[in-house]
Parts: sequence; C-alpha cells; structure tokens
Amino acid sequence: MEACGLHCTKIENISVKIENQTILKDVTFDVHCGELTMIIGKNGAGKSTLLKALLNEIEHTGKVEFIDMKENKNKKIKIGYVPQSLNIERNMPTSVYDMFASYISDKPVFFRKDVELYKKIKECLKTFGADKLIDNRVGNLSGGELQRILLSIATYPIPNLLILDEPVSGVDRNGTRDFYEILSKLKDKYDMSIILVSHDLELVKKFADKVVLLDKEVKKQGTVNEVFESNEFKDCFGNI
Amino acid sequence: MDIIYNILETILPFEFMQYAFMKNAFLAILLVSPIFAILGTMIVNNKMAFFSDALGHSALTGIAIGSILGISNMNISMFIFAVIFAILLNLVKNKTSYGADTIISVFSSIAIALGLAILAQSGSFNKYSSYLVGDILSISKTEIIYLFIAFILVFIFWGKLFNKLNAISINPVLAKSKGINVKLLDNMFAIIIAVMVMISIRWVGILLINSMMILPAASSRNIAKNMRSYHAYSIIFALFSGIVGLIISYYTNIPTAPMIVILSGIIYFITFGARKVVNK
Repeated sequence: MEACGLHCTKIENISVKIENQTILKDVTFDVHCGELTMIIGKNGAGKSTLLKALLNEIEHTGKVEFIDMKENKNKKIKIGYVPQSLNIERNMPTSVYDMFASYISDKPVFFRKDVELYKKIKECLKTFGADKLIDNRVGNLSGGELQRILLSIATYPIPNLLILDEPVSGVDRNGTRDFYEILSKLKDKYDMSIILVSHDLELVKKFADKVVLLDKEVKKQGTVNEVFESNEFKDCFGNI
Repeated sequence: MDIIYNILETILPFEFMQYAFMKNAFLAILLVSPIFAILGTMIVNNKMAFFSDALGHSALTGIAIGSILGISNMNISMFIFAVIFAILLNLVKNKTSYGADTIISVFSSIAIALGLAILAQSGSFNKYSSYLVGDILSISKTEIIYLFIAFILVFIFWGKLFNKLNAISINPVLAKSKGINVKLLDNMFAIIIAVMVMISIRWVGILLINSMMILPAASSRNIAKNMRSYHAYSIIFALFSGIVGLIISYYTNIPTAPMIVILSGIIYFITFGARKVVNK
C-alpha cells in the first residue's frame, strides 16, 4: 500500500510526568495517511499513556499536528477512538442503537426511536457487517461484534486519525483476523491514518505498515523488518 | 391550585382525597417520583448509588447550616451547600485513583457528623430530627410549586443532555473524543441530584431518600431491554409505589416514605425473579 502522502500527523515531543515520575519522554513520530502504525512495547512501557496523551485525556507536553500538504497548512485534527473496554455489563438495558445514538446525536434515546437516526446508524453499521445487531443489547455482544460496533462509532464522521486500543481478551482468532481486514480496507478507502496499540506481535508482523517500539521513549521505529531485526527489539522481547 | 384540587377530587372521589394535606402529598408524589425515577437510571448505570447516598447525607449539614443562618435563608443556604458539596465530591472522586468508595464514605460521615454537631450545639436538634425519616403529609402549597419548577427543569435537562450523559457513562474517553465536555456534564449531573435531594429531603427523609432514587431504576434494569423501556418501567414503578404507598400509609398509620420504599423493595424482588424469564 502506497500512502498518498498528502496528509501527515506529526507527533512531537510528547512527554508525560505523573507525580515526578517520567512515564513518557520526548515521543516523536510521524503517521502518514493510509498507514497502519502499530505501537508495541512491554507492560508499563507507556503505550496506553501515549494514547491518553494523544486524546488529550492527561496532562502532557509536546504537540500533535495535522498537516494537509495539498493545501500546505495545519488543520484541526479529527480523532476517532476505539476503546479497549466499556463500562457495560451483561443484560444492561443499552441497545446498540442507544449507544450509537448517544455518541452522535442529541435526540434523547429514552424517548421514541428516531426513524431517520435509526436508518443512519444502520447504514453506518452495515459497512462493518453489524447492521443486524442494532437492537441487541451491548452487554450481550461477543468481543468481535462489540469491536466492529465501536469501530463504526469511531469512524462516524470519518476521522483523520483513528486510534485503537486492542482488546486483550474476548475476541477469538477469526474475529481478530476479520477486524484487521476491516482496518486495512478502512485505511485504503478513506485514506485514514491509524495508530493501534497491540499486544500481539504475530499480528503486528502480519498487518503493520510501520512499527513503533516504545519503552518510555521511542526505542526504534520503521518497517516491521527494521524493528523486529533490531537490537532494541531483542533487548525488549528477546529472540522470537 | 384550587382548580387542580377540584380535578383531583373529581377524578379520585375517595375519602382520603378530601383532605388538603393528602392532595398536596399526592401531587408531590406525582411530581417527584418520575424525577427520581429518571435520575435513578443514570445513577444505577454509573454505579453511583453510594455517591448519591452521600449527597443525601450532606443534606443534614445543609439543614444545620441553614438553621444557623435563620429560616428565611434556609433554602438558599441548603441549595448553595448542596452545589458545593456535589462539586467537591466529584472532584475528589476523580482525583483519586484508588477506592472512590472510601473517599465518598469519608465525606458522607463528615457531613452527617457536622450536621448533627451543629444542630445539637444550636439546640435545635429535636426540631430537625424529623428530617431523618421525613413527613410527606407536611408538604405545603409553595413547596409543590417549587417541585413543579424542578420537575420542568429536570425534564428539560434530561431531554437535552441525556444522550451525552449516557455516552460518558459508557466510556468517558470515547465521549471526550466525540467532543463532549465530560467534566462539566459530570458536575451538572451531580448538582442536579444534590439539588433534588435538598428539595425533597424534608418530607422523604435522609434515611430513605437514596432508596427512592435507586430502587425503581434498579428494578427496571432487571427487565428492561433498552433505554426506552428502562425509563418507562422505572417511572411506572416509582409512581405505583409512590401512590399506593401513600394510600396504604393513610389507612394504616405507617409513615409514607418507609411504606413507599417497602413497596419498591417488593417490586425489586419480583423483577429480580422475572429477570431470568425476560432474559431467557
């Protein structure tokens, strides 16, 4: 996949300190449109913290810039986010429609269903093969189903940068493969930049366009081969 | 007001409806049950039952401070205290990464102790001890008008901002990425609970106010499948136990608020039993 190269998200000198402890130090890398950038690192390397900083969820220094080279100017970046988990239990009275509508509309979901909105949501879900789930309760979905629905929420409206925190559990092998195939389609179709925190090196090897090895700072970045063959990678994960 | 009284007498030609205090109590229940029922849905979803309990307890301090400042300022001082307490509680809850329940418990204990201490010191404890169990039959016309205003305001708030509250409840970071002001809405919600508690505390009572908020929503959650039925059942349960509770208490001399809560409790266990059937 060749990136169009006209949009670029520059992540510059992101540092995070919590109670005088340095969690992240000068994290700098670029994300190009149409590229799947995967962030790897050991537990406690600061992967989740980096996502929180990018989402402006915690205090940090440094900046995130989105540059449109076609018009050669900085634009306000639109970020889509797919969280790792939700605060929803089994049998909770929240349907997929309720959840989706809550994020994209102000028409109260406790009142009657809005026909237009219902149609629109169904349309969005269809892209991810999840339109049949619209009336199901969110708490009763499988991990893979939930992931597809979260993805459709994150991509409405289409963001410039999509940030994903890969779930550690609850998605089976096939579900995971489907998920990555959807991601590949997304980045091609919408020319979207994607940052994904992954815990599964096998999948990284298979799907990443670019890998960032993180351990409080960027230890190594580049293509899959460049990173996986590097000494820094071996220091971190040993020989695999 | 007289027109409403006449309507009530015509629609419900029962013995108990002849009394003005019963008419007032009936109206109060019609207004306050749906409010607590809808606020409860979000309190239960957010696992905030303990949080709202602490807000209920803080009312005692609000009353105590009000009693020092004099009756004329009482409503205002209670109101201001409720807002400050709610924001403070929210702030502390969000700042600590460990055991929010411990922090909330600390706040609620201090609020009760402070309230009791101030009331005892100013010698007005006996006068206000009725706030512990409340007395719905003592509600006045003016208070019903206040309640009506609160009723309208809460429903407007709910209609405009419920989706955002729900979005935050499901995942605050995701909500923020969609441009929702998480902190502001969090505080607004806490303030509305606190203010509703303050308005209602005198006739519901500190010991039972949280049950009025939690039980209808908790019962509804057992059997509801989406947000619409969640709200509808919650309001129906709250109105049913409210009205039936009032009537039973009239004939049996059991205080009204406890009777309402007992009925809500029974409904909870019925829905709990029905849960398996509904969810198959």
